[in-house]
Amino acid sequence: MALTNEQLEQYTAELKAFIADHKDIDGPLMPIMQKAQELFGYLSLDTQKIIADALDIPVSEVYGVATFYAQFSLQPKGENIISVCTGTACYVKGAQAVLDEVVNILGVDPGQTSADGKFTIQDTRCLGCCGLAPVMTVNHDVYGRLTAGDVKGILEKY
Amino acid sequence: MKSLAELAAIREQMQDQVALRIGGKADEKSKVRAHVLVCAGTGCTSSGSHKVVEALKEQLQAKNLQEEIKIVTTGCFGLCALGPVMIVYPEGTFYSRVTAEDIPEIVEEHFVNGKPVERLEYKDPLADNKTLPLPETSFYKKQHRVALRNCGVINPEIIEEYIAMGGYQALGKVLTEMTPADVIQTIKDSGLRGRGGGGFPTGTKWQFAANSVSDKKYVVCNADEGDPGAFMDRSVLEGDPHAVLEAMAIAGYAIGADEGYIYVRAEYPIAVQRLNIAVGQAREKGLLGKDIFGTGFNFDIQVRLGSGAFVCGEETALLTSIEGHRGEPRPRPPFPAVKGLFGQPTIINNVETYANVAQIIINGADWFASMGTEKSKGTKVFALGGKITNTGLVEVPMGTTLREVLYEIGGGIPGGKKFKAAQTGGPSGGCIPASLIDTPIDYDSLISIGSMMGSGGLIVMDEDNCMVDIAKFFLEFTVDESCGKCTPCRLGTRRMLEILTRITEGKGEDGDIEKLEELAMNIKATALCGLGQTAPNPVLSTLRYFRDEYEAHIYEKRCPAGHCKKLAKIMIDPEKCKGCSLCSKVCPVNAISGQVKSPFVIDQEKCIKCGTCVEKCRFGAIVKK
Repeated sequence: MALTNEQLEQYTAELKAFIADHKDIDGPLMPIMQKAQELFGYLSLDTQKIIADALDIPVSEVYGVATFYAQFSLQPKGENIISVCTGTACYVKGAQAVLDEVVNILGVDPGQTSADGKFTIQDTRCLGCCGLAPVMTVNHDVYGRLTAGDVKGILEKY
Repeated sequence: MKSLAELAAIREQMQDQVALRIGGKADEKSKVRAHVLVCAGTGCTSSGSHKVVEALKEQLQAKNLQEEIKIVTTGCFGLCALGPVMIVYPEGTFYSRVTAEDIPEIVEEHFVNGKPVERLEYKDPLADNKTLPLPETSFYKKQHRVALRNCGVINPEIIEEYIAMGGYQALGKVLTEMTPADVIQTIKDSGLRGRGGGGFPTGTKWQFAANSVSDKKYVVCNADEGDPGAFMDRSVLEGDPHAVLEAMAIAGYAIGADEGYIYVRAEYPIAVQRLNIAVGQAREKGLLGKDIFGTGFNFDIQVRLGSGAFVCGEETALLTSIEGHRGEPRPRPPFPAVKGLFGQPTIINNVETYANVAQIIINGADWFASMGTEKSKGTKVFALGGKITNTGLVEVPMGTTLREVLYEIGGGIPGGKKFKAAQTGGPSGGCIPASLIDTPIDYDSLISIGSMMGSGGLIVMDEDNCMVDIAKFFLEFTVDESCGKCTPCRLGTRRMLEILTRITEGKGEDGDIEKLEELAMNIKATALCGLGQTAPNPVLSTLRYFRDEYEAHIYEKRCPAGHCKKLAKIMIDPEKCKGCSLCSKVCPVNAISGQVKSPFVIDQEKCIKCGTCVEKCRFGAIVKK
């Protein structure tokens, strides 16, 4: 989702306040980047520069950390986030077929956002509700004991 | 908190609040006559337990029972497959798969009329479907809960409930009666070994850090539980976070540290939230902070979040990540006990290891050492998942056999399918084939059969699972998660994955198995950290026990389990097909057609082999070949 200028200003101010509070703790970079990811939904080059300047480290270091961890995103995400669990318990119970069907319907690969900006697909390792395997979540809604045939109906709700 | 007397006072005062749940009697003056425990762990929350709690609150209000019936939201009971679960005490009625719609009936029948709702009570399939008291069910009977002692009993968001169950007594005892050397000796004598997978003796690790001379030392908790299908540590954090905080403070006293870090997976929002609440409450009560129990001992804890990198479960990578860098491992030695977090001596233990510590201090090393086998003491928590009836969390004494775990506690394989193998140790581990089902589960037995204890994920596979595909699944995971720092892991695992992919696509060649073995040996010998060194294990272990499946893929271009899509064909048996048309309705790609009441056919060109029709056919007429 694109952010409005107003939102951008507000989040930037919030981030700067957070940095001021946290820059003197031991190992401040990750908590600050996590806050930025939470606020903006992704880490733009501008955001990375703000963080690098405030901590007096090169942008390359921030970028290096951003690209290392799966939860930091360099691009904005879609309106709805679909996570299909591909942990072992879900996998042995057929999660791959569920993920394939999501990919088939939306026409984009895991990690990408559909052309209309409505969905981002993530394949996630273990959501932790193995009793419901195979599982997918759309935002905070959990769907369990799925088969590929259930996917279409679920996506139509959003 | 400045004295043990204050702790004792809280415990005394709170007894009444928990008595009903643990077989005691409520205070006569108290209006409360029943406790309803509802699981609020991740599993049950995903099944909708929060809606059950809301409905319960509403209905109790409506009947004006809110002062007589107390709702307690707890951590995991263990039977995640049957969630949402709830237990009513003092009678111990165990309800499973409860929905918000069932609540009016439960409130009316059980709480107003005093008769449990039979249709929702858990019936033990291994005991003629009888309704049994919870501790007597097959699922619980053989379990022995030490690390999980408070999970599913207390509300983890109320520190007083933990104190009522004897919490922070061990810390009090350590600070007022024991020297650091006594503490380390007790942990050594107990035989406790690291529950994160490696099995290193905990007391020895603490001794190393205690021996290191430095003004500053750290205690770290590894809660970056990354093995897919493992959720033991999450359940402890969600159900009993104070047990971990207390143990870390004890460890701090033992090695001379005043600061602790918990590095927890960000994918565990409920665990993170409860940890933060627990740390806040412990600080407020003075059980973390300065001058704990007036003894001059200072200890505080910070919670740090991971950001989705499996390698950060490796201890040196975890420390690098806390420091704010790319989570790449460092060569050992120097070990963290000498040079760890921010260059200072550090001990790093796993969540479940810490969850045992306070119990060892209170009950003694001999008590702990009396459980388990000669070299593996105590109990182990397993997350049972995959093709097993009772998916969930179990804790058993070390040395319990796989058969007992799968068939007695786990309730066996669903759908009358045949057990093929159990996978332990996640991407670092291996599989245990059906022929070794009587192997006792302990560190050394599992290593001797080519698997490993791992952190406790236990994934069950049946005859429909292809072992080559499983090996490929784990390699895909490792390739994804390899940090890229050392070449054997970065490139070697990728080459192995390419070979495995070829094999599962029917393009395997003579010599592939030997190439896999050679690569595996080289990676094991030369990778920098545990992730790389153990990455080939799933391949080696499946080759050891299921070589025939590899050979069938390579030489006969056939997947014996009928799983590998490129080799599989889904067919409708015209003899068995009744022409009900259900398969054509569920097919996501409209590959099935036919006339109602006569046999249907699958268009092999269109079929994506998802298997939905196989699962939905009520006549067993559709098979994968």
